[in-house]
Amino acid sequence: MSVIYTLWLRELKRHLRSRSRIVGSLGRPMLFLIVLGFGLGPVFARAGAGNYFQFLVPGVICMEILFTAVFSGVQVIWDRQFGFLKITLVAPVSRFEIMLGKTFGGATVAAIQGFIIFLISLIVGFRIQNLALLPLALVFIFLIAILFTALGITIASLLEDAQGFHLIMNFLVMPLFFLSGALFPLSEIPKILLIIVSINPLSYGVDGLRGTLINDAYFGLTVDLLVLSVVTGLFLLIGSYLFSKIQI
Amino acid sequence: MSTDKTIIEVTNLTKKFKDFTAVDNISFTVKRGEIFAFLGPNGAGKSTTIKMLTTLLLPTKGKMSLDGHDPILEQFTVRRSLGVVFQDPSLDDELTAYENMGFHGMLYKVPRDLRRTRIEKLLKFVELWERKDNLVKTFSGGMKRRLEIARGFLHHPKIFFLDEPTLGLDPQTRNHIWNYIKNLNQSEKITIFFTTHYMEEAERVAQKIAIIDQGKIIAQGTVTDLKNKTQSSTLEETFLKLTGKKIREEKADGVEKMRTRRRVWRRR
Repeated sequence: MSVIYTLWLRELKRHLRSRSRIVGSLGRPMLFLIVLGFGLGPVFARAGAGNYFQFLVPGVICMEILFTAVFSGVQVIWDRQFGFLKITLVAPVSRFEIMLGKTFGGATVAAIQGFIIFLISLIVGFRIQNLALLPLALVFIFLIAILFTALGITIASLLEDAQGFHLIMNFLVMPLFFLSGALFPLSEIPKILLIIVSINPLSYGVDGLRGTLINDAYFGLTVDLLVLSVVTGLFLLIGSYLFSKIQI
Repeated sequence: MSTDKTIIEVTNLTKKFKDFTAVDNISFTVKRGEIFAFLGPNGAGKSTTIKMLTTLLLPTKGKMSLDGHDPILEQFTVRRSLGVVFQDPSLDDELTAYENMGFHGMLYKVPRDLRRTRIEKLLKFVELWERKDNLVKTFSGGMKRRLEIARGFLHHPKIFFLDEPTLGLDPQTRNHIWNYIKNLNQSEKITIFFTTHYMEEAERVAQKIAIIDQGKIIAQGTVTDLKNKTQSSTLEETFLKLTGKKIREEKADGVEKMRTRRRVWRRR
């Protein structure tokens, strides 16, 4: 336990200390929120689909969590040849503990970032439908964060060096985001697109957050919670297995 | 005397990566409390051997024993008795010197009070106590090395592995670092196992030397033994006579590419 706590604390300290990183990573979601939220809002309203800004906020929170989480997971690539990770691997601690510590640390950081977006949205005009569901929304935020940090570590364990990093960002993270229903309602999209969205775990995160914050879930909160928990558990298992196989 | 006892024993150790044999059937012993230099040109198999001894890599064949324990079967026992300073800096740049020490102590489960007193003692010893609350990224290469040495000693290891600890440092700093290491060796009876490309360093501090080339140990003994055997006046001459003057081309692997990229990133 103390090992997991140590590594968790380290990630947190590092993050809170680098103000440029905290502010910097808010740029992209803020752009989406303001440009799309207010830009597409009138068209969305005219189509009779309601308030697009309200609709978009959960999606953008997920965006911030997704990017921060995958990025902090993938950083293991750097850490593994140099730095802290290598010295951690010769310490008398198990790799499973190291993996868990890193995952929870990265996930906490991602969740904090997501929460900051949530707070900013509230200031800009976002309104929650049901305050009683807020704790459940936080559960979703943490689940999404853990899932995608574990995914990042899984990928980092498979990659030889940092060359493949941009490949992942463009061919995995971007599609995950765009094909999650973060930006559009799922009710009337083409069948094929719906199938793709349905196999994307992030869709259930977006949906769960939308369900808890603005009471607009497509799959339903129970399905969201179930799918997300199972996939998170799965990635924790796969991630820690592959992490234990890393050759330095 | 306890110094007569063997602390590291390696027999017929071999490591193959696909068709390439990085370490080829090597055997050597290191005595308790000794300063042992492991020398060889680039790509000779030094780092691979250190990785196997420090439990990071499984050997293809052969036996190892560190302080009576097998690094494969008794991984945790062996790890607890080792201090390691790697070739690449392995500090956390975003944390302070004190925090780096603290985290290390927590990983090795050094009790809190003991941790505090040892950290203070060690940071004073490597003359970094005044800078304990500064972020490591503001440190020079030499200061980082000193901190790594202090950190490696925090859990009182029995064997200290140092992979090119003085690479890229100026002579003053190198001199300092060797003083610290020799000091620890003498006062705490800790065994030192190191690699270096600076032959005059090895000549000055090592009590015993093994030279490895192309995965095989081609000579071992004391400095005087090796110099006499090759009829050389310096260890550098001995080394060149034994390993030849040809420059070893190392393929730029993933790690080397990352090292270069990291340097570029850091400069920004």
